[in-house]
Amino acid sequence: MPRRIVTGIRGIGHRVIDSVWRLGRASRFFMLMLLKSTTSLRRFNLVIREIYFTGVLSLIIIVVSGLFVGMVLGLQGYETLQKYGSESAVGTLVALSLVRELGPVVAALLFASRAGSAITAEIGLMKATEQLAAMEMMAVDPIARVVAPRFWAGVISMPFLAAMFSTVGIFGGYLVTVVLIGVDEGSFWSQMQNAVDFRYDIVNGVIKTCVFGVAVTAIAVFEGYDAPPTAEGVSGATTRTVVTSSLVILGLDFILTAFMFRGMS
Amino acid sequence: MTSETLVEINDLNFSYGRHAILKGINMTMPRGKVIAIMGGSGCGKTTLLRLIGGAVAPSSGYVKIAGQVVHELSRDELFQMRRKMSMLFQFGALFTDLSVFDNVAFQMREHTNLPESLIRDLVLMKLHAVGLRGAHKLMPAELSGGMARRVALARSIALDPLLIMYDEPFTGLDPISLSVIGNLIRRLTDALGMTSIVVTHDVQESLKIVDYVYFISEGVIAAHGTPTEVRESIAPFVHQFVHGEEDGPVPFHYPAESYASDLRLRSSFA
Repeated sequence: MPRRIVTGIRGIGHRVIDSVWRLGRASRFFMLMLLKSTTSLRRFNLVIREIYFTGVLSLIIIVVSGLFVGMVLGLQGYETLQKYGSESAVGTLVALSLVRELGPVVAALLFASRAGSAITAEIGLMKATEQLAAMEMMAVDPIARVVAPRFWAGVISMPFLAAMFSTVGIFGGYLVTVVLIGVDEGSFWSQMQNAVDFRYDIVNGVIKTCVFGVAVTAIAVFEGYDAPPTAEGVSGATTRTVVTSSLVILGLDFILTAFMFRGMS
Repeated sequence: MTSETLVEINDLNFSYGRHAILKGINMTMPRGKVIAIMGGSGCGKTTLLRLIGGAVAPSSGYVKIAGQVVHELSRDELFQMRRKMSMLFQFGALFTDLSVFDNVAFQMREHTNLPESLIRDLVLMKLHAVGLRGAHKLMPAELSGGMARRVALARSIALDPLLIMYDEPFTGLDPISLSVIGNLIRRLTDALGMTSIVVTHDVQESLKIVDYVYFISEGVIAAHGTPTEVRESIAPFVHQFVHGEEDGPVPFHYPAESYASDLRLRSSFA
């Protein structure tokens, strides 16, 4: 019995030490990537190519999801607001929900599953098939040539994807409440225009998307680069990217919201 | 070390933790020769290549290339040295998102300021040398194993290196591709005046093309000599390896307790 307890405690200790090591490796990797980003920024065509793969190819899922989320928000908002005779405020509800919260958060979650997982799998497979080792042997730094362009492409794409999500979402809300249900179009737009503040709502929303973009892409590139070079290792890393990114997005969202919107009427 | 020596390995030791992989390795590799390093799977051959390429540092001893001790170089100096050397990986390690042409052009674009028109001509010449000029538009996924290895070979000679290392270049190839790769290694080494280090366990193919052979067993050099010396050797390990005998100094059975005790036979039956 005492031996089992000791083994258990030892197991916990190993896991803690492993996690701390991994965190240290991740921080070191992140700093190295930032230091080596000058190459990517100088050869911006490398980043543009990756923006196509991470940003442009994520557009379909972002647009379709945004449309449905906006439509559902419109329906639910109308259902509740009409009880108080304030159905004309549904535009405000849809816009604020999307710009402040759902746009950045849902777009980032979708981005993590669509583009984050693809980045991890691609870098992990490049490692497993010795492409990164080959690059090293050719005196080309894989962090500068492969990792940094993907990171910056993700960071640049994320705010645009979230903006697209919110815009299409507002259009979805408009379709359901104004076109289908018949809420007054003038009050839908004018109330939204009055309620949405550029500095507090839109800028804060954009700040959130930038933070999420950095977090998701940094996790994705690190997991890919750190993946054990086997099929099982790459699949595990891809799963970890999605799970860790999702949790980090939700955690960061709470922290950012607490700082940005506290005390606002 | 004479001026004709490109790679000198002196009393090289390497361990993973407490597990010694290479023990006291000494080798001399002259310029313009094809050297084979042979040995069973897991004997430390690939680790030796990684040590020569500077991917890992030795526990003690050194590898010297063109007079420079590899593990003492800074990262920038190592990258400078790697521009003069090249490595062909076991399955080619072609960049799967680039075409055959772009794979061969990769180093030229990364390390030189040559105009695109000149890069085009050089790439087609390198591909012509391996017989795949007509395949320059294909993607790596469209190539057979042998073709991928040849493209990787064209990529590795892109900047006319002094030294090329081949990690198991014959693995998984059909007899025709095997012979093509073997002949290309010999021909390119002679034509470009470079040095080739071939890590392999394909005895028959490599003995046809190499100038000198080192056998590694259990982390030490078990034997070395020219292909003729190796073929005629009566040293038990070399004989077993060259003739592919099942049992010998490298035993068929993994070390275990006695058969009888593992089968729990009573002493009267054992």
